[in-house]
Amino acid sequence: MYDFPILSITWLLPIAGALLITMLPRTQEGMIRAVAAACTLGSLVLSLMVCFGYDPETGGMQMTESIPWIRDLGVNYALGVDGISIPLLLLTNLIGFSAVYASWHTEERVKEFFVLLLLLISGVMGTFIATDLFIFFLFYEVVVIPIYLLVIMFGSSKRVTKEYAGMKLTIYLLIGSAFLLVGLIALFVKGQALLGFPTMDIGTLAGADFPVAFQVFVYCLIAFGFGTLLSMFPFHAWSPDGYAGAPTAVSMIHAGVLKKIGGYGLIRIGLLLLPAGARYIAPLIAILALGNVVYAGIICLAQKDLKYIVGYSSVSHMGYVLLGIASVNLISLNGAVMMMFAHGVMAALFFAMIGNLYHQSHTRNVSDFGGLAHQMPRLAVGFMLAGLASLGLPGTVNFIGEFTIFVGAFGIYNVLTILAISGIVITAVYILRTLGGVLFGPRRSEWDHLQDLHGVDLVPLLVLGAAILIGGILPFTLMDIIQSGVGQLLGQIGPGQIGGIF
Amino acid sequence: MNYHLLGPEIAVATLGLLILAISLLLPSRGKSTAGYLATAGLIAVLMAVIVNFSQEAVFFAGVYQIDRYANYFRILFLTAALLIILMSSRYTSLFGERKSEWFSFMLFATAGMMIMVAAGDLITVYVGLELMTISFYILSAYLLNDHLSAEAGLKYLIIGAFSSAVLLFGMSLVYACSGTTVFTEIYDALRAGPQRPALLAGMVMMIAGLGFKISAVPFHMWTPDIYQGAPTPVTAYLSVASKAAGFAVLVRIFLLAFPAASWDWHLALAVLAALTMVIGNLTALVQTNVKRMLAYSSIAQAGYILVGLIAANTYGLKGLLFYAMLYVFSNVGAFAVTALVEVEEGSTEREAFNGLGRRAPMPAAVLTICMLSLAGIPPMAGFAGKFYLFSGAIQAGYLWLAFIGLLMSMISVYYYLNVAKAMYIGTSRQEGLITLPFPVRTALWICLAGTIFLGVYPGPLSELTELAVQLFSAV
Repeated sequence: MYDFPILSITWLLPIAGALLITMLPRTQEGMIRAVAAACTLGSLVLSLMVCFGYDPETGGMQMTESIPWIRDLGVNYALGVDGISIPLLLLTNLIGFSAVYASWHTEERVKEFFVLLLLLISGVMGTFIATDLFIFFLFYEVVVIPIYLLVIMFGSSKRVTKEYAGMKLTIYLLIGSAFLLVGLIALFVKGQALLGFPTMDIGTLAGADFPVAFQVFVYCLIAFGFGTLLSMFPFHAWSPDGYAGAPTAVSMIHAGVLKKIGGYGLIRIGLLLLPAGARYIAPLIAILALGNVVYAGIICLAQKDLKYIVGYSSVSHMGYVLLGIASVNLISLNGAVMMMFAHGVMAALFFAMIGNLYHQSHTRNVSDFGGLAHQMPRLAVGFMLAGLASLGLPGTVNFIGEFTIFVGAFGIYNVLTILAISGIVITAVYILRTLGGVLFGPRRSEWDHLQDLHGVDLVPLLVLGAAILIGGILPFTLMDIIQSGVGQLLGQIGPGQIGGIF
Repeated sequence: MNYHLLGPEIAVATLGLLILAISLLLPSRGKSTAGYLATAGLIAVLMAVIVNFSQEAVFFAGVYQIDRYANYFRILFLTAALLIILMSSRYTSLFGERKSEWFSFMLFATAGMMIMVAAGDLITVYVGLELMTISFYILSAYLLNDHLSAEAGLKYLIIGAFSSAVLLFGMSLVYACSGTTVFTEIYDALRAGPQRPALLAGMVMMIAGLGFKISAVPFHMWTPDIYQGAPTPVTAYLSVASKAAGFAVLVRIFLLAFPAASWDWHLALAVLAALTMVIGNLTALVQTNVKRMLAYSSIAQAGYILVGLIAANTYGLKGLLFYAMLYVFSNVGAFAVTALVEVEEGSTEREAFNGLGRRAPMPAAVLTICMLSLAGIPPMAGFAGKFYLFSGAIQAGYLWLAFIGLLMSMISVYYYLNVAKAMYIGTSRQEGLITLPFPVRTALWICLAGTIFLGVYPGPLSELTELAVQLFSAV
């Protein structure tokens, strides 16, 4: 417990940095980078303090802040963290900090780049700590526009142009959020009718006894909105193109944390406010999850571009998260939250390594490379670490997530779970084949000019790599926190029967 | 009688006449004086209205009503007029010798709007409306040597006169059915009397006449041509203030004069609003001229605002007032940057915006943020406005309308972002920074601050709108 508004400071630091950078002259590029690095480091330290200051014994929302904001809508500027939001807050800051270093070599329009990047990081953080629906949505959509501008200004055009990628990503997410917004307003209006006073506080709204038919309807809306963000099959098409067009830092943040807002929303808003609706739709979500795991996995086998491989693989892995959410029990939800954390650090590390390689070689085709471990041993370590985490090797944090999800889901959907486990095999095929092709084999002299990771380039590898290994070997701290959050949530919604839609 | 409450209208009209006189008497037609005088005068009047916000009075047996609702809109018009005069400090050089009269007509239009919103009977509404519209006929054609501007003026004159005739005919039918032109008396007369087809026809015609002013589909046909042809500051004023005045009158008449029983106009308006949102947004998608695109976008915005009247509950009406106010900041901001580009590049095609992000970073940022506000992206003001409007709609049972509105506003992001794309990754033929005159810079900062502040902290304005709509809580 701290006696200063730690959460506000955490999300405001990057904003302050962005404001500071707008005032710096354009030519002071070193200074601009330093400010960005300092702000994200500050946020990272603060979020670690949140993580260790949180008391899982007591549970519930802690370090709360609340200021009345819009009286007649019942909106409060309310922040707080519980076991579900802490891992994601930590994840955001791990990746945000690494993303600044991964884009250290940005040369053009440095000022605009870091201003937008800091706004983006700040917005993502806000969604995980807001406990008021209105404030949540405010943060949720803030992120869309910096991403668009970052993609079109700093992205790369390969299979699709960056303009196309940026617009596709933006429109997909915004259409999804239109449905989400209708759902949230409906929740607000109905909540006001049931409770007798307007409120946007998630905890208070959870106390309203929404009729089942209403819950199903609204859950459909928000599952569409959050599902699009989570790249739920069949609304995933924006994701590979978007990542391919985006600059490294955006790919890292997008695949690493932004998608997780979808999963977080499905749990925090979907499950907590609309438990009956969530359970009713759950089997459908589980089937779509299988679509993610298997369909995207198979597409991945045919990809040649490194970014597309990681892009489709991230769609595929989100299937596990969805399966965990659709099973609605303690173990599976623990796994889903853990998996979101694990996938985040892994995907971010992957994109950081690809970004570094692409920056020097200007190609991302697997077939163009070979034997890179000779020239770039450290980069190879990064690739291997991310790759092995991706296929869920024990000892990495991803193993903990996937294993827990499968254990939790098996009791509910036996057949679907077994089919989903096949995803691990598919992942192993494309990941090992790619890593083998890129890193190993005979030395190729055309890549002798490539420089291995050195200096600041090592930061993403060290930070994210450490997170993967520490999380994999010592998962207890994080798991205890997650369990306290999920346990409390399940206690609040009470028991219920899954299914009904079929 | 607190006749000093009529002061603002009198002051604005006098100021207009004064500037007209000055332009005849002073050397070089008082070009430099007129602008300062108009600005200072408007600021003074605005302060007076804000100070007297809560004072209410009824004049001449209900013909003229100064209430909080009227005061809210007076603040809106005065703010809009001020911003427009500030933003056009460079643009007015295009008017040459006729610059100072331009300020006069702006002030006359403002006076007309202020009369409209305070009017308590149909005739007064009409007088205010005509004062406003006739000023706009002249203003739209103000670039005499530009054939597009001349065409805009003529078109506006013909179609505007036609729509005024329709409106007046509708009013006369209402008078025939109720025997009075004062709103409150119409209400009493109609509540007692039987249902009559003539009344229905009158109401439909009034919707058509006022629908023209707010450019709701299917009465929107004039909008693109006139918005594109008229001088950019005039277009900006037309889109924010004339539209707001139309809405203010529509709300007052339909909620205070026509009892709900006489005809269920909600559904008819809901269909119009849905059409307006869909057609406005979809047509805007294919525009390549930014001014014309903003014209279609303003049609779409009219659709969103109309939702507030259809909901006719506290959230909806507050949303209507809130949205009208934020629309002033966001839309004037967008037009201010467009005017800047027009003066600089001589064109408002999208290509003219290429490279603006490098040549003028601050205006480019303002345009991006203002357009995102129009699209309803948080944390900009447009989001808070739409939240009120569509909360009202869902509360009143118009879920489908909220669906269409929110979906369309997300689609609108596409055409707004296309302009942002041109500004940030397009390459310009010209190099070097664009310098901004002080008044334009001030206007841009006010628009930016208003757009962001109202979005992040809508509380204060929302409380002001609450006071303004108390008038309708009895209905």
